[in-house]
Amino acid sequence: MNVPVPDPSADDAILNVDGISVWLAGREVLHDVRFRIMPGEFTGLIGSNGAGKTTLFRVILGLQTSSTGSVLVGGRPLTHRNPIIGYVPQKVFFDPDMPLRARDVVGLGLDGHRLGIPLDWGRRRQAVDAMLDAVDARRFADARVGNLSGGEQQRVLIAHALISRPRLLLLDEPLANLDIGAEGEVVALLARIAREQRIAVFISAHDVNPLLPVMDRLVYVAAGKTASGTTAEVIRAEVLSALYGQHVDVLRVHGRILVVAGAEGPPGVTFEETDGVAAGPGVVSL
Amino acid sequence: MFSGFMVNTWIAATLVAVIAGVVGFFVVLRGAAFVAHAIPHGAFGGAAGAVLIGVNPLAGLGVFAVGGALGIGWLGRRGRHDVATALALVLMLGLGALFLSFSVEYAAAIYSLLFGEVLGVPSDELLPIAGLGVACIAALAVLYRPLMLTSIAPEVAEARGVRAQRIETGFLLVVALAATMTVPVVGVLLMFSLMIGPAATAGSLTRSPRNAIALSVLIALATVWLALAVSYLTNLPVGFFVGTLGAVWYGGARIWTARRRGRTASG
Repeated sequence: MNVPVPDPSADDAILNVDGISVWLAGREVLHDVRFRIMPGEFTGLIGSNGAGKTTLFRVILGLQTSSTGSVLVGGRPLTHRNPIIGYVPQKVFFDPDMPLRARDVVGLGLDGHRLGIPLDWGRRRQAVDAMLDAVDARRFADARVGNLSGGEQQRVLIAHALISRPRLLLLDEPLANLDIGAEGEVVALLARIAREQRIAVFISAHDVNPLLPVMDRLVYVAAGKTASGTTAEVIRAEVLSALYGQHVDVLRVHGRILVVAGAEGPPGVTFEETDGVAAGPGVVSL
Repeated sequence: MFSGFMVNTWIAATLVAVIAGVVGFFVVLRGAAFVAHAIPHGAFGGAAGAVLIGVNPLAGLGVFAVGGALGIGWLGRRGRHDVATALALVLMLGLGALFLSFSVEYAAAIYSLLFGEVLGVPSDELLPIAGLGVACIAALAVLYRPLMLTSIAPEVAEARGVRAQRIETGFLLVVALAATMTVPVVGVLLMFSLMIGPAATAGSLTRSPRNAIALSVLIALATVWLALAVSYLTNLPVGFFVGTLGAVWYGGARIWTARRRGRTASG
C-alpha cells in the first residue's frame, strides 16, 4: 500500500487539483486530473479543442462539480464564489451597437456582482484608470468596446478580471482569433502580470508555441487525461504517447514544437489541421 | 390641447415614456426584444379573461404578464429561450381568443387595449401608473450592475457568485410590471415600439450606458409628446405617429452614424 508522502509545497499552492474526474452525459470528460500551481507561476493548459480544458476551468471556478477528487484554491475548498480567482472566458461577444465603453467593462469587474448603483464614482474611476494603465489600454478607455480589435478587447477583459485583485487568473483560449502581433503582446502582458504582481496565470491554448518563451509549467490534456510539469518534462514522445494511447512524435523545428501522430499510429488516422488546431488524438500539430 | 381631459393624457404619456425609455435600454442591451414583444401581447389575453369574469382588466394584465414572465424564465432555463418565449406568447394569446369568444359584448373594450386609450385616461389611474413606474425603476436600479454583467459575460457573473437565473427572472418581472402599467394607456403595440425604438436609437448615438439611458428616456418623451400633439391636430391615431417616429429615429441614427464613420474612415 502506498503511503502518501506529505509534500511541503502543497500548502503554499494557490491551486491544488487532486484527482478530479468529471462525467458529462455518460462520458468521462476528465479522468484523474492532478496538478498544482504556485503563486506567480505562469502555467499553460494545452490541448486540442474538446479535450476538456473548459470543463477543467469550470470545475476550478465552482461552476461544475466533479465526481471524484478535490480542488483547493488558496488552500481552501471550492466555494460558489471565489474572490481569489479572476476569469477571462473564451467567447465574449461585444455587440458593436452596445452602448458600453472599455472603462464600463473594467468597472463591472470591480463590483459587477453587487446590487444597487455605485456611489463612490471618484474612487471607482481612479481604480479603473489605474487598471487600464496597467494593461496599456488607457488610450481606448472611452471607445465603444464592440468597435475594438480582438487584442484590445482581450486587454479590456484581462483588466476586468484583474481589477478585483485575484491571486489566480484563469484565461480560456485568450489567443484564439488574435493575429500574431496581438498574440505576442497579450502573452507578454500576462507574463509581466505574473512576474510583477505575483499573480498565478493559468491559460488554456490549443497551440503551445506562443507560450513557450514565458511558460513555467504546463498541464497537457488529451482525451480527458492530463500530464503536468515543465515543457521539457511533458512535451516528450513517451509522455504524450501514453496520454493519447497511441504513438506520437515530438518534433522541434526552429524553436517551435510540433506534435504529430507517428508512423505506428492506427490505420485510418487522418492528418487534419485547422489553423494549427489539434483536431484529435494522433493528429495533433502544435 | 392642454385643457380638461387632455391634461391626464399628457401626464400618463409622460410617465409611460419614462418607464419605457429606462426598461427599453435593458431590453435592447440584453437582446430581449422578443420577450418585450411577447409579455405585453400575451398579457392582453389576461385582460380579456378579467373582463369576462368581471374584474378590472388591469388585474388580468398583471396576472398574465407576471405568469408569462415566470413561464418564460422557467422554460428558458430548460430549453431555447426564444422557443419558450414564443410558446408562452401563443398560449396566452390562445387563452385570450377563448375568453373573447365568450364575451362578445365587451370585445370593443378589450380591443382598445391593443391600441390604448391614451386620450381617455381617468384621473384615478394616474397614481397606480406612477407607483408601478417608480417600482420598475427602483428594481432596475437595484439590479443594475448584475444585469449589465450577466448581459456581457454570463459565465463571469456566475463565477463571481451572481445567480444569473434570478437576475433574469427579476428582469422579466420588471418587464411584466412595466407592461401592466403602460398597456392600458398606450396599448400593446405602442408599448412595444416605445420600448425598442428610443433605446436602440440612444444606444447607437452614445457610448456610455448612463448617457444611453438618459437619451433613451428623452427620445421616448419626444416621441409621445410629438405623437400626441400631431395626433390632436390632425385627428389621426396616436399609435401611427408613435410607431412611425420610433422607426424614423432609429433609421435616422443609423444613417447618421454610418455617414460619420464613413467620413472618419476616409479622412
